[in-house]
Amino acid sequence: MLLEVENVTLSYGRIQALHGISLTVAQGEVVALIGANGAGKSTTMRAISGLRPLSQGTIRFDGEDISKLRADLRVVRGVSQSPEGRGIFPGMSVRDNLEMGAYTRRNRSEIDEDMDRAFTLFPRLREREKQAGGTLSGGEQQMLAVGRALMSRPKLLLLDEPSMGLAPMLIQQIFDIIVEINQQGTTVLLVEQNAQQALSRAHRAYVLETGRIVKEGTGAELLHDPAVKDAYLGVA
Amino acid sequence: MSVSEKATFRSSGGVRGWFGRQPVWVRGVVVAVALVLAFLLPYAGDIPLLGPQIVTEGIDWPSALFNMSYYVLLALGLNVVVGYAGLLDLGYVGFFAVGAYGTALLTSPDSVLYADTGWKWLMAVPVALALTMVAGLILGWPTLRLRGDYLAIVTLGFAEIIRIFATSTTTLRGDRGFASIPHPPGEWGGKPIFGVTDAVPYFWLGLVVIILVILGVRNLDRSRVGRSWLAIREDEEAAEIMGVRTIKYKLWAFAIGAFIGGLGGVLFAGEQGFINSQTFVLQFSILVLAGVVMGGSGNMAGAILGGALISYIPDRLRGISLGDTDLYEYRFALFGAVIIIIMVLRPQGLIPSRRRAMELKDREKEVAPQ
Repeated sequence: MLLEVENVTLSYGRIQALHGISLTVAQGEVVALIGANGAGKSTTMRAISGLRPLSQGTIRFDGEDISKLRADLRVVRGVSQSPEGRGIFPGMSVRDNLEMGAYTRRNRSEIDEDMDRAFTLFPRLREREKQAGGTLSGGEQQMLAVGRALMSRPKLLLLDEPSMGLAPMLIQQIFDIIVEINQQGTTVLLVEQNAQQALSRAHRAYVLETGRIVKEGTGAELLHDPAVKDAYLGVA
Repeated sequence: MSVSEKATFRSSGGVRGWFGRQPVWVRGVVVAVALVLAFLLPYAGDIPLLGPQIVTEGIDWPSALFNMSYYVLLALGLNVVVGYAGLLDLGYVGFFAVGAYGTALLTSPDSVLYADTGWKWLMAVPVALALTMVAGLILGWPTLRLRGDYLAIVTLGFAEIIRIFATSTTTLRGDRGFASIPHPPGEWGGKPIFGVTDAVPYFWLGLVVIILVILGVRNLDRSRVGRSWLAIREDEEAAEIMGVRTIKYKLWAFAIGAFIGGLGGVLFAGEQGFINSQTFVLQFSILVLAGVVMGGSGNMAGAILGGALISYIPDRLRGISLGDTDLYEYRFALFGAVIIIIMVLRPQGLIPSRRRAMELKDREKEVAPQ
């Protein structure tokens, strides 16, 4: 297993956000985490990337216990996150944003290679190369966030709500690209409210409700599960 | 400033655009001329017609210039903390105080340490500066997890603690203060360069220190440190998941800011020869912050201009009367009005950082999402 999350609990002050989450992601998979607002999806992501300390439980990455590892060192180990709300550096150009993604790396020629790869995945970003991140449209910012997360050459890519605020056309496109990234060899764990897209693209998925995992299965299984359909797919 | 921001400047209009497009030698000449003019500032009063308008009347002009020089230093230091790293520090005068008190304790005959130390000014400088950096780390460490307003409150408290400590402990002598702090060393023609009557050498010394600080900060800004500060300022959480060790770089910002503030303090103590707890009031911190914001937070040229103005405007108002009223009495009202006018007309500051402008726009969007 590339990522093993075991019995993780996490609190914001006195409010407990995660009540013992366990999940795994194998090398090469696309795994989706779906659930309603406030179910704890983003919190799970933040626990994995190290932005929030765990109360209990362990997170193992590539066999190593990273539960207490600093966030910046998790990036070096190969965990990279595209945060909720995109987290673009507004005053930096598109190129500088991508450069920030490669912050932990030193090999110039490899970084340039990956820069090219990001521009090939998102031709739109090349057109906007010198433009400040803050001036991009929502879709472009999302592309930039994903491209930037790839710049650290992660083993595991964490995508927090990649479709949030995007037009339907763009949602399709961004998921196409996620699948493409996965086929190029990057393992993906993504959090989504758009359950339809997430389940149809993911190998496996977990359903999160109020800080607990209530269901898991292959994407196809969950897509046809009556309870999931009822709660998350907007069809009876 | 990164490569692409420079590129933006080059393609843009205005003075900065023009400057950026010039070949290296032209830029060199411009900088050299500006430096020479800066060193000639004490003689600005000799310029026909214009000179008398510039120089101060109620206070000796070179002294006013020296005041400007340490305000500029403070503005440059605070600009590192607030403008580069984005950490709102309302107690910056604390570091100025630590630098000045460090010098006083090591050199003044009034100090309890005098029997053991009684150092010359220059010997005290490195120790006092090391002390301010430690003070920076002491303030920085517990406040690392605080953001925005919370950080501002704690830093405010820090400066007040230092002032009250200075007022109420016998070692730091409160109002009585420390007298006979030695001046900087050096002789010229048998007489000491840094005397009591002529402030010009102090101004020049201040100017040299400012230039060194500018060069140092500019190098840092263009390095990995600067890039990390920028990322932290624009989005701390995003910076962290890019792999920036945010704690380390925030501490760096505090320590470097403290160091520069301490430089201002040791210069101040060396020129005045006397300090007491009245010097380091809170108002001082607010004033320097106003200077940085007014000049253009995040931009060194802006900080320099802002720092100079907050010192110059009140000094310029001294000794001027309008009818029967002495304008100096109204200096803070007038000064406040000037700040308000500037901030209304140029909310990004006189010489804004373009990147900062972008960030502010982005934050407005966050407040009112479309």
